[in-house]
Amino acid sequence: MAESGSQATSDGGARTEGERLSRRKLFGLGAAGAAVVGAGAVAARSLLDEPPVAHASSTSAPVPFYGEHQAGIVTPAQDRLHFVSFDVTTGKRAELADLLQEWTAAAARLTQGKEAGAFGAVGGDAEAAPDDTGEALGLPASGLTLTIGFGPSLFDDRFGLAAKRPAALADLPKFPGEQLAPEISGGDLCVQACAHDPQVAVHAIRNLARIGFGRVSVKWSQLGFGRTSSTSRAQATPRNLMGFKDGTNNLKLEDAKLLRDHLWAQGNDWMAGGTYMVTRKIRMTIETWDRTSLAEQQAIFGRDKGEGAPLGGKAEFDTPDFAAKGPDGQPYIASDAHIRLAHPSNHGNAHLLRRGYNYVDGSDGLGRLDAGLFFIAYQRDPRTQFVPVQMALAKQDPLNEYIKHVSSGLFACPPGVRDAGDYWGRALFA
Amino acid sequence: MPSPTLRALAPALGALALAGLAACGSGEPAATGSAAPAKPGKIAVAASDTECKVAAAEVAAGTTTFAITNGGGKVTEFYVYAPGDRVMAEVENIVPGLTRDLIAELPAGTYETACKPGMVGKGIRNPLKVTGEHRPLTKDAKLAQATADYKRYVKSQSETLLVKTQEFVDAVKAGDIAKAKALYPVSRTYWERIEPVAEIFGDLDPAIDAREADLADGEEWTGFHRIEKDLWIKKDVGKDGPIADKLIADVKTIVAKANATDLTPLNLANGAKELLDEVASGKITGEEDIWSHTDLWDFDANLEGSKAAVQALRPVLEERAPDLVRTLDEKFAAAEAALAVHQKGDGWKLHNELTKAELKKLSDAINALGEPISGIAPIVAK
Repeated sequence: MAESGSQATSDGGARTEGERLSRRKLFGLGAAGAAVVGAGAVAARSLLDEPPVAHASSTSAPVPFYGEHQAGIVTPAQDRLHFVSFDVTTGKRAELADLLQEWTAAAARLTQGKEAGAFGAVGGDAEAAPDDTGEALGLPASGLTLTIGFGPSLFDDRFGLAAKRPAALADLPKFPGEQLAPEISGGDLCVQACAHDPQVAVHAIRNLARIGFGRVSVKWSQLGFGRTSSTSRAQATPRNLMGFKDGTNNLKLEDAKLLRDHLWAQGNDWMAGGTYMVTRKIRMTIETWDRTSLAEQQAIFGRDKGEGAPLGGKAEFDTPDFAAKGPDGQPYIASDAHIRLAHPSNHGNAHLLRRGYNYVDGSDGLGRLDAGLFFIAYQRDPRTQFVPVQMALAKQDPLNEYIKHVSSGLFACPPGVRDAGDYWGRALFA
Repeated sequence: MPSPTLRALAPALGALALAGLAACGSGEPAATGSAAPAKPGKIAVAASDTECKVAAAEVAAGTTTFAITNGGGKVTEFYVYAPGDRVMAEVENIVPGLTRDLIAELPAGTYETACKPGMVGKGIRNPLKVTGEHRPLTKDAKLAQATADYKRYVKSQSETLLVKTQEFVDAVKAGDIAKAKALYPVSRTYWERIEPVAEIFGDLDPAIDAREADLADGEEWTGFHRIEKDLWIKKDVGKDGPIADKLIADVKTIVAKANATDLTPLNLANGAKELLDEVASGKITGEEDIWSHTDLWDFDANLEGSKAAVQALRPVLEERAPDLVRTLDEKFAAAEAALAVHQKGDGWKLHNELTKAELKKLSDAINALGEPISGIAPIVAK
């Protein structure tokens, strides 16, 4: 279904970067094949006269791993997600710190299109299990980013980290209507893998999980496709599974001041330069939604479905005029419309950087797609950003008739890894 | 018990049918504004648990009064249906030993009467022919007739909702757990049949029908499901007196508001869809009645309520989209048949007694019906 070639690497750009020849490129047939598919997809788009889908210069190129902030946050959102949450099974603080170092080293390689270990899938001892699982051989880096987060439960008494639990990592309150399944919620650690090729994302998570055996155990994981937010003005706004443009008003890479004020943690502690991630798996009852009239769908969102313009406006990026009234004397944007309830102006100017993905987990056994949105949002402090916005939505949003929050996650994402001598969360364990 | 105060709620909207309690000794029809004068002579209906004997099979067009006597052991209901089970008149909650009158305004045509002992299923049917002058309605008049018919349905259902909720509340306050458990799904039936109308009054619907999961931290939980949990899980309703009092007070308020609200044909079309959405999202999954597992009572009530709204629009749909009417008839029948398999005694199997495969069949039937129902709104909006 959604795993077709249309989102595959579009230009095989990795092959031209000879100075960083990786083992994957030695098996470049796969990449060439993908390039052909990608070219076809581009041609088909032009024929349909669709607006250009704006991406970084290449969807196959690597994204730098080292930096002040972790990649995968303001990085222009890739098309695919594999998200995983782990429970830490070792009780030893040193083993946990060791794991984070091993993971960091592997992540630095994987994100550059290299294999997880030094020998790789086929370069090691024939009697040994390969140190890379091999399914990404021949595939370029595909914009892979790996972003780590630490859950509230990591700060219990097991590892002596309780005193370092940030205030902003306060447990989320109960929201009306949520029906969270504990087995797919929370976790001690999480890794968000995003890439333009789903196989590359899955490969990364699979190898990190393998490295972690004995120290961590996968608690739950989630595949996503079709990014539902733009995190750069160079990207067109995508659509969620309800068919509406999502993330029009998102925080974006180019909003330097807003990012500083709303995204990155400040101060001098271990979280400086980090950020807080909230995940919510939102199941949509899409069958009943699809039977809802266009007028009602648009009234619920407060935007028109085609253009994405706020009701009463003309273009997608028009500022919503919440006071404007139609000929019937009623506001164009209803008092409980989704964009009104969620708008920063109603929450002390609270912005979020959303980075969610659509998901379809097969069907639910009742003849319906098990589908929805895997919502991911980054922010400086969930207590003043995600929580008030979601509380307003949970209480009043008419969209609640068609959605149900079934899982929840909260994670502190440390700052970026500076160089090869640094590792994820080093300041936390220092 | 129904009381004269119920009558006071009757809005003077030229009601086409009225349910009156013969036992109250009130011989004349209640205030009905411009209602046509009742003709002398009533048509006796002898209802029992197995029979429904209607004294006449043919009546003259205009106003007809049925006097239904329940000689059986189960509570019964009496309906007059036009083709497609379009409810022309109905009276609920005829308890054993009681006689109730039903005044129906029927144009010439073919109809069916039905007694529903135990209040479930298609009931015991008899043909009824109405002869005489037939005056076709204009287009606008047909739409106006549709909303008037549905308002009458809402009024009739909501009166019984009051009666049954009062009985439920009384049982709760008396600490009679067995009786309250038996009345819980029955009183909810009348609520679930007309819930989209109730939902117009946003703040009252949660007070009456919120599920525990719907609440935020610190919010007070009231209504049916709070008592449901105490009945089935805590097995103690000793402290639920104030909750019960609030429930009946809220139901009274919402019934008064519902009957005073003007409805549009679009309200009916959307209400019919919303009732099926309720089935799809709450009842098939067992999320509505998670403690009692009586979801199929609500399922049946939602389906009936949806059908009542659709069939009220039938004369308009017959004219504008006859093929859709055919499809709706077929899919309603299929959904009813899929549900009927799970009837058990005077009620339904519990949700947790159904297999996943059985639930899927119900889900498929509702999806098959929901799609054509979503086609009604654009037709009546033309």
